[in-house]
Amino acid sequence: MKTGLTLKKRNRIKVFKKSYQLTLMSLPAIILFIIFNYVPMFGIILAFKKLKFNLGFFKSPWVGLDNFKFFFQSQDAWTITRNTIGLNALFIVAGLVVSVAFAILLNEISKRVFVKTYQTAMFFPYFLSWVVVGYMLYAVLNDRLGILNQVLEIFGMEPVSWYSNPQYWPVILLIVYLWKNVGYLSVIYYAGIMGIDNALIEAAIVDGANKFQVIKSIILPMLVPIITVMTLLQIGRIFYADFGMFYYLPNDVGALYPTTQVIDTYVYRALRVTGQVGMATAAGFFQAVVGLCMVLTSNFIVKKYNKDNAIF
Amino acid sequence: MNKRLNQPGPLLTSIIHTIFILFTVLCILPVLLVISISLSSESDIINNGFRLIPSKISFDAFKVVFSNPMQILNSYLITILVAGLGIIFGLLINSMIAYALSRKDYPYRKQLSFFVIFTMLFNGGLVPWYLVISKLNLPNTIWVLILPYLANAWYIIILRTFFKTIPIAIIESAKIDGSNEFKTFIKIILPLSKPGLATVGLFILLMYWNDWWLAMLYIDQEKLIPLQYLLSRMMSNIEFLSKNMYMAPGTLDLSNFPNETARMAMCILAAGPMLFVFPFFQKYFVRGLTIGSIKG
Repeated sequence: MKTGLTLKKRNRIKVFKKSYQLTLMSLPAIILFIIFNYVPMFGIILAFKKLKFNLGFFKSPWVGLDNFKFFFQSQDAWTITRNTIGLNALFIVAGLVVSVAFAILLNEISKRVFVKTYQTAMFFPYFLSWVVVGYMLYAVLNDRLGILNQVLEIFGMEPVSWYSNPQYWPVILLIVYLWKNVGYLSVIYYAGIMGIDNALIEAAIVDGANKFQVIKSIILPMLVPIITVMTLLQIGRIFYADFGMFYYLPNDVGALYPTTQVIDTYVYRALRVTGQVGMATAAGFFQAVVGLCMVLTSNFIVKKYNKDNAIF
Repeated sequence: MNKRLNQPGPLLTSIIHTIFILFTVLCILPVLLVISISLSSESDIINNGFRLIPSKISFDAFKVVFSNPMQILNSYLITILVAGLGIIFGLLINSMIAYALSRKDYPYRKQLSFFVIFTMLFNGGLVPWYLVISKLNLPNTIWVLILPYLANAWYIIILRTFFKTIPIAIIESAKIDGSNEFKTFIKIILPLSKPGLATVGLFILLMYWNDWWLAMLYIDQEKLIPLQYLLSRMMSNIEFLSKNMYMAPGTLDLSNFPNETARMAMCILAAGPMLFVFPFFQKYFVRGLTIGSIKG
């Protein structure tokens, strides 16, 4: 028994020695991950403390569930959860439909030059930062000077004060989301179509299938694995909003918070603007835990249907 | 090669082209709009609103923006420095761990993969992250703009996929020739993976170039403000400037102060370099995205 243990130990040391160079090479990344990812993970218990900046993390007093009580009793909790999940769900579904449709249409174009040109142009907005996109949107939506109100006037319609009417913003955000991301998403699905074995399609055509039958029965089913992985990744992050988008597009206008405030912007404002750190930590805890559950659940569901398509 | 079904009819072809041309125009138009506004005179804008084609070209906005060029040049410098250091260290650090993970004979491969991928699944949220970095004495240094983004699970996965395509025989023969792991990595693996490194390098460039988040949280000193955050602050600053001038009696006529146009000029200056670089590197991006979406 004793010799068995030492043998195991000796073996372990041997394995370590043999691979220590590779471990050493991994070390810088491991250290960075520990500092910037793993240490903050433990900080999540801050949600049960009343953070006092002068006392620091360890000495701040425990307050149990007080932070959560305040957070969930406020109107904000419901609003920001609804906005985050609702808008993200809208983005996922619309993004999927439009970009798969674009990929299929792109595949119908025979000349490479056109495919390349369209792809380049569609990909272009993806390279702009949200600050820059915020400026562009301002040029379009400005009440008095903006292009959109000028167009409305040409058609004899009343100009709309876009930055003070929150009801328009889900649609505006959806359009800008599609504008910025469809190019990049369709590139991925287009690559998926390129990966389909040509013989399958040729065989179907020989058997007398028309274009729509081929799309319905071959191309779409063959895209299912990529679609699943992409959608799964997005559903896993449905509780996380793109901060830059929700901060810079509505231009930090308070009147638009009812439809544009999401968990991420709420936490930032609570931390840096209004100083409600308790609320911020509670909202952050809520986001992290439910977010993790979302990833695990969606991965579990996919694993049940098709093992190969799961992320882990 | 296209997966051609059969030749689509001329009507269908023209419908498809129309859809793409419309969307393409829609993608480019906002940029043209911003360029046009930055080249218009302010009085023109005030009277006619934003236009796609300026009635006459005026460089006033750029003159105003460059009347005090130190801040802009400084921000350019900071952004270039951050992106440059980020690319060098980011590529080195991420590719080293990715190489270890790509080796089937590395005994801790499974545990380490989980360690890396878990960072994509869970995080402590903004508040603890903010506190940790504040405690490290990083705020208001150039390092706070670089370090938090350096190790990145997504880039590690992409690089690992590239490294996996290198035949193990090459690595083993180097080992027999007496090369140690690090030497093999530098002398053999990296030169063989240039396309992969270029792809991830560009992702890193884009990430650092477009970042305002770290500066927004951790930078108060003017001399450390990167380009995108300068742009973000410019929005409120110009408003502040023009409002103050307006309130002071007997000073400038508001219509002479290039408020709207200067803003857009600044926007062009911040986005500009990316716009020029983008067409050349687009193919690397496409490759990286395709690899990243297919799990390795």
